[in-house]
Amino acid sequence: MTLELNSRVPAGPLPDKWDRHRFEMKLVNPANKRKHTIIVVGSGLAGAAAAASFSELGYNVRCYCYQDSPRRAHSIAAQGGINAAKNYQNDGDSVRRLFYDTIKGGDFRSREANTWRLAQISVNIIDQCVAQGVPFAREYGGLLANRSFGGAQVSRTFYARGQTGQQLLLGAYQALEKEIAKGGVKMYPRAEMLDLIVVNGRARGIVVRDELTGTVEPHFADTVVLCSGGYSNVFYLSTNAKGCNATAIWRAYKRGAAFANPCYTQIHPTCIPVAGEYQSKLTLMSESLRNDGRVWVPKRREDVGKKPNEIPEQDRDYYLERKYPSFGNLSPRDIASRAAKEACDDGRGVGPGGRGVYLDFADAIKRLGVEKIRERYGNLFEMYERITDENPYQVPMRIYPAPHYTMGGLWVDYNLMSNIPGLHVGGEANFSDHGANRLGASALMQGLSDGYFILPATVSDYLGANKLEPVSADAPEVKQAVADVAERTRKLLSIQGTRTVASFHRELGHIMWEYCGMARSADGLKKALELIPKLRDEFWRDVRIPGAGMELNQTLEHAGRVADFLELGELMCRDALHREESCGGHFRVEHQTAEGEALRDDEHFAYVAAWQYGGPNAPPVLNKEPLEFESVKLSTRSYK
Amino acid sequence: MSAPNGTMNLTLQVWRQAGPDAPGGLKEYPAAGISPDMSFLEMLDVVNEGLIERGELPIAFDHDCREGICGSCGMMINGVAHGPMKGTATCQLHMRSFKDGDTVVIEPWRARAFPVIRDLVVNRSAFDRVIAAGGYISVNTGSPQDANNIPVAKDAADAAMDAAACIGCGACVAACPNGSASLFTGAKISHLGLLPQGQPERYRRALSMVAQMDLEDFGYCTWYGECQEACPKEISIDVISRMNRDFLVASMREPEASDPGSGEG
Repeated sequence: MTLELNSRVPAGPLPDKWDRHRFEMKLVNPANKRKHTIIVVGSGLAGAAAAASFSELGYNVRCYCYQDSPRRAHSIAAQGGINAAKNYQNDGDSVRRLFYDTIKGGDFRSREANTWRLAQISVNIIDQCVAQGVPFAREYGGLLANRSFGGAQVSRTFYARGQTGQQLLLGAYQALEKEIAKGGVKMYPRAEMLDLIVVNGRARGIVVRDELTGTVEPHFADTVVLCSGGYSNVFYLSTNAKGCNATAIWRAYKRGAAFANPCYTQIHPTCIPVAGEYQSKLTLMSESLRNDGRVWVPKRREDVGKKPNEIPEQDRDYYLERKYPSFGNLSPRDIASRAAKEACDDGRGVGPGGRGVYLDFADAIKRLGVEKIRERYGNLFEMYERITDENPYQVPMRIYPAPHYTMGGLWVDYNLMSNIPGLHVGGEANFSDHGANRLGASALMQGLSDGYFILPATVSDYLGANKLEPVSADAPEVKQAVADVAERTRKLLSIQGTRTVASFHRELGHIMWEYCGMARSADGLKKALELIPKLRDEFWRDVRIPGAGMELNQTLEHAGRVADFLELGELMCRDALHREESCGGHFRVEHQTAEGEALRDDEHFAYVAAWQYGGPNAPPVLNKEPLEFESVKLSTRSYK
Repeated sequence: MSAPNGTMNLTLQVWRQAGPDAPGGLKEYPAAGISPDMSFLEMLDVVNEGLIERGELPIAFDHDCREGICGSCGMMINGVAHGPMKGTATCQLHMRSFKDGDTVVIEPWRARAFPVIRDLVVNRSAFDRVIAAGGYISVNTGSPQDANNIPVAKDAADAAMDAAACIGCGACVAACPNGSASLFTGAKISHLGLLPQGQPERYRRALSMVAQMDLEDFGYCTWYGECQEACPKEISIDVISRMNRDFLVASMREPEASDPGSGEG
């Protein structure tokens, strides 16, 4: 049984599609809006923006987050900036250029119409955020400042020091609190979605566990919007917050939503390297640092033990500048990460274990002065020093790639609706806009584009076009979903084995990083596909979770998330194994050019791989949505 | 017994409390073989894994991003909010700030407005309600004017950003002998009040946010200045002056004029 994947991309020329679609979509009359309830899971940029905007329109909104406050969602940690095709710098930017950069940056594996719309809406986002009081960086004349990010030759990134995500999220959070105060949004903090309720084929609610009391209850709505973020924590060590998880989208997958391109993961090139086995997470150093920092390793292996200032200029290999002269240190993330790995694999990595490369500001400090550098990156330099105890004004930073973002996610159509009617998915949780690699400063753009502008229009269309009967708490589907959650919790708590949840999570992370990380091979992926089910069996046999279900139990919360990662990891490897090409962040060692660059196979793999849950004892089913390109020519991606 | 190769052995005294109404108390735990490069929370992870392996309940604490920006974590470490390192949230505090043989006392935030939920986890929802009372600019999603139609002087934008850096962790309240939330509330009032976009609601905002702060069992500010010492983002106590000024101006106006639409009072 396969799915019919209708992308519902509107007809007409690319630049006109969204406007035409907006006119064609159904509206809900203002007096009727308050009769509809919308559930939003997650309060990051996409979720908070959507929940606030729905409420402003007049809908009843219920919004859920696992943190103690919606202000803490992990969008808050985004550092560098947000792209928009404003062309304020007069440097040749346009909607078409942002669109093209994004399609090319994604290695021609995203849906053209969605990406165009993203570029088109980008300009409205900046206007909206400024009106909300987001304190973006300014020039002395009072106008907005910009900087550059990877994969672009224009300066289109808006920023608020190194805390852009924080400021954008606080803008959305404040809009959300405004609506909470008005009574349009009921907020459920410390609440976790543990299942999706599907009645008569439509998403009609979720099963929620209150993290303080342990109570599990169904919550109903006319439509469910998942903005629950990505799944980089499948690698255990990532730049994500400790609580980030795939449970909401994974539960939806197991209720029938297709999971698209799970193997497309982004390994960010500039993170602080791992220091020891106890390490609990990795910290990103913003890509914006590559505006002024130069990446290098020693030319000779025998120099790796030397102090960086003892290595003279002629013995340093500025490998990004050497290999990609036109983009240099601002090469896209997948390319910069792979180049760092190559240098370290070649025995030229620096720092403990030889897993690091230098990011050096000496030239920029000489050119611009310490004060200018402090103004641009002061908080990042301080953070680096706090973690490593090294002063980056004096010695180069040491950085290494780390899992950061997942381009894959639940499959959605042009309306951001999954194949389950009534289940909408926004932000990092969906798959749609970034193809096989996301450019820097585009995640914030996508989250807010989905949340402020797209979902309010398309969810209204769904509500206006469909007659929805009330759902009874006694419906068999509802009882089943609640019973399934209760049974799972009971089972987890009853095992009382010998190993901690964290030890399983770490072991899964090692497997994923080793075999499904920056470079993947058929043999390695096959090995992972043997190891993961074994580890999963052991988890369900031997995990130890102290405490009870009906209380605050952080170990139980973590266990449920790891249980889902143990399934999702397998699907990622399966997807990576089936995709016999290299594209963006998915690099298969069997498919590379003579220079070691990714080698795509457009003839066989220019499609979205949408996996459908096959049942507890059956393999998942692969569905394909062909990618059609009207406006861009598929070409080999070059940053040389 | 001294610790091997550069690691350290510590004694922790941790506040354990089973629930909001249960009695709590300090309990002693050894933390052995701690690397100076670990973060404080990673040290607690190690202790917790040991507890779980022995079948004991791990120490509950809030944490999430572990890079000092989400504001989830926060605890009193040897009586100091977020511990000994200035301008640093608990998750960014590293064990190199301690030495072998130290005893470390770890308690939750202590404030009437932040009741303990369990162990080191407290309820900070009062902060959300203070923001909901007016910590925003009332613009709906739609089509505002082009962003560059509102020039903002660079120094105003920078000062607004300084105030907006607040992560809502609650250290200011925990550090204040009165349990006042003035630094938190003043930071939001200053962030928005410094920008042209924030002028229309400037005085209404000051009145309503301060009123909500008083409703939430926070204490009054009597200028101890402990808040700015504890703030991991080093927000200056100047934001409280600004809040007081806006509040005072707003209170002295006629009620209908307290929302003047623009400008300084």
